[in-house]
Amino acid sequence: MRDTASILPLRVENASFQGEGRLLIDAVSFTIPAGGLTVLLGPNGAGKSLVLRLCHGLLEPSAGSVRWAYSGAGGIKRHAMVFQKPIMLRRSVEANVTHALAAAGLAGAERRQRCGEALARFGLSERATQPARLLSGGEQQRLAIARAWALRPELLFLDEPTSQLDPAATRQIEELLAGLVAEGITVMMSTHDLGQARRLARRVLFLHRGRLVEDRDAAEFFAGPQAEEARAFLAGELIW
Amino acid sequence: MDFGAIFQAAFALMVGLDPTFLAIVSLSLRVTLTAVFIAALIGLPLGAALALSRFPGRPAVIVCLNAMMGLPPVVAGLVVFLLLSRSGPLGPLGLLFTPTAMIVAQVILVVPIVIALTRQIVEDLWAEYRDHLRSVGLEGLRAIPTLLWDGRFALATALLAGFGRASAEVGAVLVVGGNIAGYTRTMTTAITLETSKGDLALALGLGLVLIVLTLMINAVAFGASRVGARYAG
Repeated sequence: MRDTASILPLRVENASFQGEGRLLIDAVSFTIPAGGLTVLLGPNGAGKSLVLRLCHGLLEPSAGSVRWAYSGAGGIKRHAMVFQKPIMLRRSVEANVTHALAAAGLAGAERRQRCGEALARFGLSERATQPARLLSGGEQQRLAIARAWALRPELLFLDEPTSQLDPAATRQIEELLAGLVAEGITVMMSTHDLGQARRLARRVLFLHRGRLVEDRDAAEFFAGPQAEEARAFLAGELIW
Repeated sequence: MDFGAIFQAAFALMVGLDPTFLAIVSLSLRVTLTAVFIAALIGLPLGAALALSRFPGRPAVIVCLNAMMGLPPVVAGLVVFLLLSRSGPLGPLGLLFTPTAMIVAQVILVVPIVIALTRQIVEDLWAEYRDHLRSVGLEGLRAIPTLLWDGRFALATALLAGFGRASAEVGAVLVVGGNIAGYTRTMTTAITLETSKGDLALALGLGLVLIVLTLMINAVAFGASRVGARYAG
């Protein structure tokens, strides 16, 4: 059904990105192996979104490379992305999911089946026929995650998925993400919310002004970061 | 002038379903609806493609299209007249002074409206959808069906704007159709003629139909935007 070779690890080597004449991402290197949740941490404007977009292929690095272990058969991506502000098509909840599946080239029957599974998995079944844009903010983000999940990604990118949500909805999304990791999906998300990073991260990539300043196991990072900027950020004294 | 009698005669034409009157109304609708349909087939994809493409000279194309929205109908009529006249490049087709010629002229009037409004609608939608559509692999021309479908309510309003322009204009259909009784006489050309002849009852009856039509177009446009708002959230 799906081919077995994994697209992971993802290797980012000296990736830089230039925009409007400025170097926004400066020679960032890291590897994302299969499994676990990696948090891309840093203040606003550090370049977190750009790094995720470079990884997902929405942007091309101006130097360096973003390489997958296996590029997949038939050109179908096995990584998906959820954005800060949920992008909801002007369609019903289920049509939002089936549209993404159709774009991935799946046939009608499989689309409906996977859509049903995804809506059930994320508690949106009763909302199936409602216009997606009338859902609450939390439900919209849940639908965005369900839509990405339906594509059966090995790696899921999330760009500050809870920054526009209230605490209850945030907690719900965090539980969902923990569930995805338990299911074996590798997750890489950006956040500037320290509490969230502490709750979720297995590993932290700390980004500051377009440079990767620290790449550590989460427990070690929060116990005592080595980089000056990371210490300042944890102390709430940062810096941007 | 006895306005009471004129109104009475006009209503008698409308209520009595006078055959001449009905023939004029149905020809007008046939010509304009066909023109809008063809303009939609041409204009929706082209407008969407223009929204998504980047090429040198694109701003100039957009300015020209926007300007074409205000193209005087008689000028459009004149262009089609020159093309279709006996000595013109398409003269051998023998289309001048036929309903087909009127459709062609109205297509020329409506296409710029459809392209220009579609471009704007699709460009705005693309700005909002871009990240997600690119993420699921829909880029360039592959994104067009999604964008046209999701813009359907706004696009319906664009088509109704085109319908409004075509149904109200008199210059183009008069020049290329010739206002031949029972063949190319539309509501607007008939009103022009009957008014100058002094047959105000027919002119007024047709005028009332045009006004009702305009009201209906606006009611439908309003309804479309209300339904659209439900989905747009």
